[in-house]
Amino acid sequence: MDVFLQTLVAGILKGGLYSLIGIGMSLIMGVMGIINLAHGQLMMVAMYITFALHHFLGIDPYISLFIAMPALFLLGALIQKYTLNPLLEVESILPENQVLMTVGIGMVLTEIARFIFSSDYKSVKTSYSNATFFIGEISFSIALVIAFFIAVGFTLLMFWFLLKTDIGRSIRATAQDKDAALLMGVNSKRITTITFGLGSALVAAAGTLLIPIYYLFPDIGGPFTRKAFVITILGGLGSTVGAIFGGVTLGLAESFGATYIGMAYDDMIGLIIFILVLLFLPGGFKRLTKV
Amino acid sequence: MLTVNNIDVFYGDLQVLWDVSFEVKDGEILVLIGANGAGKSTTIKTISSLLTPAKGTIEFNGKRLDHHPPHEIIQQGIVHVPEGRRLFPEMSVEENLIMGSLYGEAKEKRKKTLEYVYELFPRLKERRDQMAGTMSGGEQQMAAIGRGLMSLPKIMMFDEPSLGLAPILVEDIFRMINTINSEGVTVLLVEQNVTQTLAMCNRAYVLENGRITMEGTGEELMNNEKVREAFLGI
Repeated sequence: MDVFLQTLVAGILKGGLYSLIGIGMSLIMGVMGIINLAHGQLMMVAMYITFALHHFLGIDPYISLFIAMPALFLLGALIQKYTLNPLLEVESILPENQVLMTVGIGMVLTEIARFIFSSDYKSVKTSYSNATFFIGEISFSIALVIAFFIAVGFTLLMFWFLLKTDIGRSIRATAQDKDAALLMGVNSKRITTITFGLGSALVAAAGTLLIPIYYLFPDIGGPFTRKAFVITILGGLGSTVGAIFGGVTLGLAESFGATYIGMAYDDMIGLIIFILVLLFLPGGFKRLTKV
Repeated sequence: MLTVNNIDVFYGDLQVLWDVSFEVKDGEILVLIGANGAGKSTTIKTISSLLTPAKGTIEFNGKRLDHHPPHEIIQQGIVHVPEGRRLFPEMSVEENLIMGSLYGEAKEKRKKTLEYVYELFPRLKERRDQMAGTMSGGEQQMAAIGRGLMSLPKIMMFDEPSLGLAPILVEDIFRMINTINSEGVTVLLVEQNVTQTLAMCNRAYVLENGRITMEGTGEELMNNEKVREAFLGI
């Protein structure tokens, strides 16, 4: 029973971070109708920023949130403005080509990271990296618990922003009916730029929160892009609420897979669930909730 | 107030408007009538800058509107209530209304205008928290009109507001448009519902195959042999 509870707790904590990754991708998917295949790579950039700040300046990863998130917002906005938006202007280019562009951007980011930091594994060791506390027989990693609550905080903030501000409403309006939004005076280019920036900032937060408990190398982006993709499909394309369910589901699946099947198979469990959802619940959890 | 001067409009290589010119005067109800595919919607989409004219100009109070990006048109005081309502289906009625008031004066007076719209359409007040996509066609049309009003427009352009509504609702909607007009909003109405619109308008233009073929007061056109034959089947 303790093993089961321990696995459950680990899965939910991890799921909180995955949700943050998934919400970023879902936002971009909803507004622009494309899967951002550079999502994990953007997270990798945020992780290297956090690593460098800690390594060279001794800045704590949690403080780095305030640097990595704005930096990635800017990077994401620039990517949208100067590489993805121009593709829309050329009529002969299909919107799908924006997806190919994100693949290219992901590769470029990875190689730049390799050029600067080499392919070595890096990690940030802090005083709390391996610290734990116990409730009954169940151990909690302090870093993971802090990460979970910060992730929940950002998620709530994001929903407040989407529901209660004019820019947030414009983002949702653009996702639901782009032409009608234009008629209401929504500058869709500005909105896509802001959305890509926000999505990047959210995944940056996830990366920075992961760093005290994870390791880092240039190719780490690929697996996380894949995870974000799975979460987005699980949740229902473009549904931010669905992404939370998708993130927690993937976190639990990986956690239980690692405990009961074997550490080496945790990615496999996630992908099996992914295939099952595609087969039996196309449209993802969104189909169940109607949100 | 709003003048359209000799515009040609294309969808890709396909020309749909030829040399279309007309004028909307301050305070009137102007109607564009025409059969399916005559170019009515294309005309008001061009005024909204969703389409760009290949030739010709559009001027509003002496200022050029063509070649402005579409999101700037509403800030000039021209609002387009699109065909098929085009509400944001997964937003509440109130959020849909708020989306009409993103800028300037409309944003400052948002609360007040919202009260006014709710007064005009009490049904929308009852349903303010309902998702717009789950409402009936008539209610959606009210919400679409309300959303347009939220921008405090000088001109409201309606694209087939009666489309797909029961006759009794159509009358309601037209009465609403009359009320809005009597409060000082100029109306440009595109309709296939010829009898009712000609009865309520000040002036009308007839569009046929992308060209303006007739113009006159509602009464003149109603009594015109060709109009009666083509649209009323008499």
